[in-house]
Amino acid sequence: MNAATSFATAVAENRHDQEWLGGISTGHLAKPGEVDISHKVILYLEGISVSFDGFKALNNLNLAIDAGELRCIIGPNGAGKTTMMDVITGKTRPDEGRCFFGQTIDLTQLREAEIAHAGIGRKFQKPTIFENLSVFENLELALKTDKRARFSLFAWLSDDQRDKIVDTLKLIRLDHEADRPAGLLSHGQKQWLEIGMLLVQDPKLLLLDEPVAGMTDDETARTGELFKSLTGKHSLVVVEHDMAFIEQLGGKVTVLHEGSVLAEGDLATVQADERVIEVYLGR
Amino acid sequence: MRTPLTIRFLQATPKSGWVTLAAFAVLTFIILPLLHLAVPSESPFHVSTYVITLAGKIMCYAIVAVAMDLIWGYAGILSLGHGLFFALGGYAFGMYLMRQIGRDGSYQSDLPDFMVFLDWKELPWYWAGSDSFLWALLLAIALPGLVAFVFGFFAFRSRIKGVYFSIITQALTFAAMLLFFRNETGFGGNNGFTDFKRILGYSITSPEMRVILFALSAALLMATLLLGRYLVVSKFGRVLAAIRDAESRTMFLGYNPLWYKLGIWTFSAMLCGLAGALYVPQVGIINPGEMSPANSIEIAIWAAVGGRGTLIGPVIGAAIVNLSKSFFTQTFPDYWLFFLGALFVAVTLWLPEGVAGLWKRWQARRAA
Repeated sequence: MNAATSFATAVAENRHDQEWLGGISTGHLAKPGEVDISHKVILYLEGISVSFDGFKALNNLNLAIDAGELRCIIGPNGAGKTTMMDVITGKTRPDEGRCFFGQTIDLTQLREAEIAHAGIGRKFQKPTIFENLSVFENLELALKTDKRARFSLFAWLSDDQRDKIVDTLKLIRLDHEADRPAGLLSHGQKQWLEIGMLLVQDPKLLLLDEPVAGMTDDETARTGELFKSLTGKHSLVVVEHDMAFIEQLGGKVTVLHEGSVLAEGDLATVQADERVIEVYLGR
Repeated sequence: MRTPLTIRFLQATPKSGWVTLAAFAVLTFIILPLLHLAVPSESPFHVSTYVITLAGKIMCYAIVAVAMDLIWGYAGILSLGHGLFFALGGYAFGMYLMRQIGRDGSYQSDLPDFMVFLDWKELPWYWAGSDSFLWALLLAIALPGLVAFVFGFFAFRSRIKGVYFSIITQALTFAAMLLFFRNETGFGGNNGFTDFKRILGYSITSPEMRVILFALSAALLMATLLLGRYLVVSKFGRVLAAIRDAESRTMFLGYNPLWYKLGIWTFSAMLCGLAGALYVPQVGIINPGEMSPANSIEIAIWAAVGGRGTLIGPVIGAAIVNLSKSFFTQTFPDYWLFFLGALFVAVTLWLPEGVAGLWKRWQARRAA
């Protein structure tokens, strides 16, 4: 069974799960390999709860991200930001709730690799790259291509793919470091490399967990510009603590607290919210 | 431009590697066989049967060491049960060797002696086809492969890693050893198989047969190194290294580690099986002792001494450890295990990258 048909099967199997839309048929046939964003929403979390040994990391979390949107998520430590990303990427299964990518893809039914294939890319809080491989090889492995084991045995890079890697290397300003082992890069460069890996993966939705931690002000500003340029074509969810950076990004802000959404709106509105000030900003 | 597969295969091994292999081929295919067969035994240049057999045996071990390196050095999976796959290959081919004895056994029966001793009247079903050389060869590869595939599938799917995985492999080989110790299992109990007479009708002890087995071991070792090199420089090998270094990252990039790990794990087990099949006719015996946990740990020591993640290092490691073993067990038999322990401690403390690391360090110093 090839990727397209197995994917189509997965999509078809998920279609009966659409009652959560209120029994309304979406009226669209899901195209295999395509995320159905006909209702504008690319990511939809409804009533997600996750608990670890009685501790409720997520508590009835509801969140909807529009296609092409740039959303910032803030919240104090332990608010559930990373757990939310774990749920979306299949690392953690929710105890309750629904998690849909587009209209048709039920993320709670897929494994990590399948979710990545469907078009969700994730950047970890701590830069996670392949330290023993070169910068170029890191990007090569991330490249959007057939990632099944039997194809990797005879895989080769086409000129287009090579060009794409070279372009990305320039974009993330690592073109002079291409052959160095990635483990030798500075912290900021590793962050950029991981972002670059996400870019060549070409996901529709990017989840970025504290992408500018450890970057200089200059690097942070450039990262912000890059993210803004990605919106429209991609959807971004950025978890951050750096308020100046969030201000630069300028998108809608969601505040998480104790595993659920406390407030949502533009940064000024959120910052003026009494409850937000109390739990998070008021110190 | 797409490079043809054959060219990529040839390019995977560097020029120096090809030169070394060519020299090794001349030595093992021409020089040593001639010195053994054509030079009279009185001559100081004569290479004795002992040397040929020992070298053949060590080359079989070296193949196992390279197979270990593929999974431990490149994929970060430490198996402490690789002796099992080696022994399974040996037993599979040993069945054929037992059948080749024919009626020349002590009981002059069509059945192997141990079955007559157990008063069995016919061969058990799983001995079917064991009189065919090709079937035995196929079994020697496929059986370890199948065991590894099934075991690996469940272990890797459950995401069992690190020391837990190592302990389970150790338990696996131990359980298999207990099974093979039983007479009822049908593989000769604790005596195993021995007293082989022929392969394909030719005497197994003739100098020519010894030289053929020796050369085949050398050929398989070289093929293993070339194929291993291709695997580790291919994208498959890079993904394995990526899984070793940051498994969750590879998953979120869209790779399913299960099939990568399972692929290299099964391949490694099949190599061990083939090495075992070549080993048994050369040493003339296979018994459940080959499945003992200590044997499997020793395989890991070969790879560690030689240098993990280098392919050639484990070959050197297997040679060093086994040559010392031959020396110690003959000269100071009581001290062999102390020496092995000391060697392992010394390598861990001072040569974390093994002998191959020493070479790298020396090259770096020369370059500086």
